[in-house]
Amino acid sequence: MKELKLLKGNEAIAEGAIRAGADAYFGYPITPQSEVMEYLMAERPEQRTGMIVLQAESEVAAINMLYGAAGTGKKALTSSSSPGISLMQEGLSYIAGAELPCLIVNVARGGPGLGTIQPSQADYFQATKGGGHGDYRLITIAPASVQEMFDFVALGFELAFKYRNPVMILSDGLIGQMMEKVELSEQKPRATEFDQSWATTGTPANREQNVITSLDLDAGQQEVHNKKLQAKYKKIVENEVRYEEFQTEDADYLFVAYGSSSRICQKAMELARNKGHKVGLLRLISLYPFPKDIVRELSFRVKSILCVEQSAGQMIEDVRLAAGCEIQIEHFGRMGGMIPIPEEVLEALEQKLIGE
Amino acid sequence: MDIKDIIKPENLVYKKTSLMQDKALSYCPGCGHGTAHRLLMEVIDELGIREDTIGVAPVGCSVLAYDFMDIDMQGAAHGRAPAVATGIKRCWEDKYVFTYQGDGDLAAIGTAETIHACNRGENITIIFINNGIYGMTGGQMAPTTLDGMRTSTSPYGRELGSMGHPIKMTELIAQLPGVHYVARHSVHTPRAVRRTKKAMFKAFEVQKERKGLSFIEIVSNCNSGWKMTPVKSNEWMEENMFLYFEPGDIKVDGKLVEKKKIK
Ligand SMILES: Cc1ncc(C[n+]2csc(CCOP(=O)(O)OP(=O)(O)O)c2C)c(N)n1
Ligand code: SF4
Ligand SMILES: [Mg+2]
Repeated sequence: MKELKLLKGNEAIAEGAIRAGADAYFGYPITPQSEVMEYLMAERPEQRTGMIVLQAESEVAAINMLYGAAGTGKKALTSSSSPGISLMQEGLSYIAGAELPCLIVNVARGGPGLGTIQPSQADYFQATKGGGHGDYRLITIAPASVQEMFDFVALGFELAFKYRNPVMILSDGLIGQMMEKVELSEQKPRATEFDQSWATTGTPANREQNVITSLDLDAGQQEVHNKKLQAKYKKIVENEVRYEEFQTEDADYLFVAYGSSSRICQKAMELARNKGHKVGLLRLISLYPFPKDIVRELSFRVKSILCVEQSAGQMIEDVRLAAGCEIQIEHFGRMGGMIPIPEEVLEALEQKLIGE
Repeated sequence: MDIKDIIKPENLVYKKTSLMQDKALSYCPGCGHGTAHRLLMEVIDELGIREDTIGVAPVGCSVLAYDFMDIDMQGAAHGRAPAVATGIKRCWEDKYVFTYQGDGDLAAIGTAETIHACNRGENITIIFINNGIYGMTGGQMAPTTLDGMRTSTSPYGRELGSMGHPIKMTELIAQLPGVHYVARHSVHTPRAVRRTKKAMFKAFEVQKERKGLSFIEIVSNCNSGWKMTPVKSNEWMEENMFLYFEPGDIKVDGKLVEKKKIK
């Protein structure tokens, strides 16, 4: 029997974490994602699965608690929203450097600064280009539904442990706050099947000490480590690209979008097709690795591309880099927490691409 | 007596703990960090808890503590060791977890993490090496730098009016109910070494009994940063640091120790 539940996106993250067999959650309240910790605290996961939940004194503390927990080989996560994710960048850089598997959820809101508590996609650069200092990448996946908020927690842990790399779920206040029906999966065990011989557990007599660190004072050694990281990222790029195509087969025009914008584009595409415009949608799921090849392939097939983002245009830079030809690529977006409606997207399509 | 007789096991009076690695320490000759490392490893060795202990190294001169301590360790970002230790301990409440931090790490950039780990009563041990200076970065003013003390960023001496007062972090955190045991010692004389080691045993005992946080400040020298010979630095420490950072027990069994009134 299917287990169905009506959940908010943020609650789906929390329930998804419990059912994915997470060992620990550390967080600090911030709108629009506070329901993650509220739901967890109310659910008593320490009784359901033994998972621990701790309210930290700041996002700085939360990300470093995550570092400690992940360094013991446990499945741990944190969640926050844009200003809090900014505070976590130091810790994220250390986590990436030390190659710790863990999950970070950003239910993004408008910025810069304290900005607004309304949804935004303006953290794309921060999430996909490293965010903190040094050469590193987070595997970044973008859910577009409450179901995916739930499912991507388990997916995120799997990718994190497979590559010993932090994974970010880049969502926004729209998906975090909206309610949809979710099909819940079965409870997974808290243990992972992945190799954990590197974790700090206390040193038994039969192995050498394990050390979790991102430090190498020797430049040559540090470069060796950098090369190892880059080789890992190359593997991720080769194996973990994820996207969805909607009606691209006959498309003259293409929307490229991710997360909540891709949902809006689906509706706009319907409106456009009703008017006779052959529009398709490329919905990106993995933002890092960026689905380069499909963008390139489609750029040869369509007349022009409209990138729809709730930002001044960030993803569009990667689309332009990936497109293989001198095709017209335009941006449409709202900022500051304003959510575009499908009619606006249709209008942008008609004005910018079709020329009506 | 020939050398073979001297090194017979029954003549053994002192042995390097196997938990210190066979590497030359990166500390300046005469620095207290090395002694503090050794004591900590001796205590873990003598308690037989290596298999159940995870240490957290700071950023400071002891950033490479895990190169010398032969146990599982995690290197934290500057000041974040108590948060990292919290994450470890919450996942493994049956293991022993300690942090080893300098004064810049613990009492400046990591103040929030320190206070809140203490306030939650995390069942961990914090070893706090207070040398009144930023040793690693070349001798800048620390939050614990004494009034009038010269450092590279207070070249005319710390001026309290504009630079603030040396912070007594240990007395501050002793006020918090989550903190069970607090003591301040040093490692510059055999007697001080014995006291510090005893305090470390006690700290791990507190952790074993899950009574809350245990915190040991070790007032230490930074002969390089203070620009003194090792011997002179230890004298200066006794004459100046001890007046402000007074050695002794501060909180025992969850109760603040009453200072004897000097009449
Ligand atoms: C975020 C950050 N800021 C600054 C530094 C530079 N830094 C490294 S060690 C240190 C001070 C360490 O002093 P202390 O904690 O007293 O340790 P000591 O070297 O004296 O033992 C500073 C400021 C850093 N590594 N990271
Ligand atoms: S700089 Fe100071 S604290 Fe650092 S090793 Fe040298 S004497 Fe010790
Ligand atoms: Mg210092």
